Amino acid sequence: MEYIQQLINGISLGSIYALIALGYTMVYGIVKLINFAHGDVFMVGAFVGFYSITVLKLPFFPALILAMTVCALFGMMIERIAYKPLRNATRIAALITAIGVSLFIEYGMIYVRGAQPEAYPGTVLPKETIELFGLSVSSQSLFILGISVLLMILLQFIVHRTKIGKAMRAVSHDAEAAKLMGINVDNTISATFAIGSALAGAAGVIFGVYYIKIEPLMGIIPGLKAFVAAVLGGIGIIPGAMVGGLVLGVIESLVSAMGFSLWRDGVAFIVLILILIFRPSGLFGKNMREKV
Amino acid sequence: MNKKKFAGIFLSLSLLTGIAAGCGAQTGGSAEDTIKIGANLELSGGVASYGQSVSEGLELALEEINKEGIDGKKLQLVKVDNKSEAAEATSGALKLVSQDKVAAVVGAATSTNTLAQVEILAKNKVALITPTGTNPAITNKDGKVNEYAFRTCFIDPFQGTVAANFAADELKAKTAAVYIDSASDYSKGLAAAFKESFTKAGGKIVIEEAYIAKDTDFRATLTRIKSSKPDFVFLPGYYEEVGLIIKQGRELGIDVPFMGGDGWDSPKLAEIAGGDALNNTFITNHYSAGDPDEKIQKFVNAFKAKYKDKSPDAFAALGYDTAYYLADAIKRAGSADPVKIQKALADTKDLALISGKLTLDKNHDPVKSAAILEYKDGQQQFKTNVEPE
Repeated sequence: MEYIQQLINGISLGSIYALIALGYTMVYGIVKLINFAHGDVFMVGAFVGFYSITVLKLPFFPALILAMTVCALFGMMIERIAYKPLRNATRIAALITAIGVSLFIEYGMIYVRGAQPEAYPGTVLPKETIELFGLSVSSQSLFILGISVLLMILLQFIVHRTKIGKAMRAVSHDAEAAKLMGINVDNTISATFAIGSALAGAAGVIFGVYYIKIEPLMGIIPGLKAFVAAVLGGIGIIPGAMVGGLVLGVIESLVSAMGFSLWRDGVAFIVLILILIFRPSGLFGKNMREKV
Repeated sequence: MNKKKFAGIFLSLSLLTGIAAGCGAQTGGSAEDTIKIGANLELSGGVASYGQSVSEGLELALEEINKEGIDGKKLQLVKVDNKSEAAEATSGALKLVSQDKVAAVVGAATSTNTLAQVEILAKNKVALITPTGTNPAITNKDGKVNEYAFRTCFIDPFQGTVAANFAADELKAKTAAVYIDSASDYSKGLAAAFKESFTKAGGKIVIEEAYIAKDTDFRATLTRIKSSKPDFVFLPGYYEEVGLIIKQGRELGIDVPFMGGDGWDSPKLAEIAGGDALNNTFITNHYSAGDPDEKIQKFVNAFKAKYKDKSPDAFAALGYDTAYYLADAIKRAGSADPVKIQKALADTKDLALISGKLTLDKNHDPVKSAAILEYKDGQQQFKTNVEPE
């Protein structure tokens, strides 16, 4: 029974990783850039949500949408200012820039509002503990899982059924050829960053509601874990990010359940190393030929 | 530009600098009428709430002390922000000693950041007083007294012992879970004392778990704790994590009492955990703003008047006490010489402060009482005072 409870704990933790990993994997799939600033966009989303709930007195959904919008614009801005000039540079240059952008956002945020943590108001979402056969599930974690799955389905729909999705797939396949076919590569990449960052923003607000405490450096660890999740599922593959996030969350909970709670973060990165050694293309990597 | 004009400008410039230098010498002269005191505190970062409270208490006390001054001299505070990190605390201590040449250093608010400064200050023969660092190793390491380290608060073993006795006698707990922050000397110190006293009182520790500061998800470990069915959970930690642990623990259905030490004492705790989840939790603390004692109420009112009706927590009270403790020592030393101040600090006896009468034992540790507080709907309620044995 305890282990089933742990499984539930793991899934709710994992769905947050999954939500951040979705954005990671999408940007990588299309621009082949590991956007290390993604975790910090997540942090910005959490703060936008916080201020729109406490200062603008918005209810949960408008706050979520506002945070997603702000993050989408923010993500596009980061891409235009920091990554676009480096599009034809080496990939390591872009990677190092991403790390720089990440530090800039973190310490910029500390400069603007200080480093002290903030507590999300507890009344944003109905919070009930559902008891089932001695297991307790909070309604919030079901809700988070629901939103993650919904956003993933929406993302799959955008990528496979819409015009912009078609353009994204084309750019990811061969940017030069796509340009020759009349696709505006810059706009497509902007759209990718916008969608990816909006997902990170949504994850930020949800994280705040679920875990209450937010602070300027909160994006670092979840960002890294989401990166592990994306690699675990096969970086660039959308369902892979979802599954990778959930698997990672469950692994971490089980590690704690066995009494090794101090090893939790360590195990997450051991998983990353093992995956890179034995299955570098990730769990979902082999059968998929098209990466978006 | 002709030569004459140039010479004129040059002359007037040198005259100006001459005047400026004169002014400098004059302010330098008046600087002898102030005694510089360093404050190396957590003004930002993870436990900023502690450092800020201490700083507010210090400022209020210095304002009062400076009304009369000490032998005509005023105390001047030089603040350094250690960002709640040990490495920053170390470099902050160096700066205070080598650049500002302070007479003594107050800080830090937490044990870990205080320990990071102890050696540097001892080497430079400047006394360090931590208002709230409760780890025994600050003043006494491996059985040897650190001559230049002092504190205004009681030590961890005392807090842990008080909590263990309270759990066994008042709450009638037979079994307890201990959940600590593995990176904090403070948390480990309290837990060690708790375990010893609780077992001595006939209780049993059924499970021991640890977390790492900055974690946000504690559900997995809490589920383990729940299935070991303790009567009581001892949770010595700092408010950021403690708030989340209590909230998540209550959600998972752990409804037994939680108890911790002064690390819980921050208004943020109730914001993070929520008032409901905090019911049936207790802390040991240095003092309570709800204590009806006249001296305490006078301090509480002065603090509220200065800081927009904010109620002083224990950190503010100890910051305030530390300033008086230091001022008293400087007065008795009759000099701003750090070595003489050190001697006077060590000889302090029966000094009446907000957090009780302060007498130092041979380890430089104060012998004073502890207050036990209970949370009701997010508010601290004064329960009882426990005297040292």
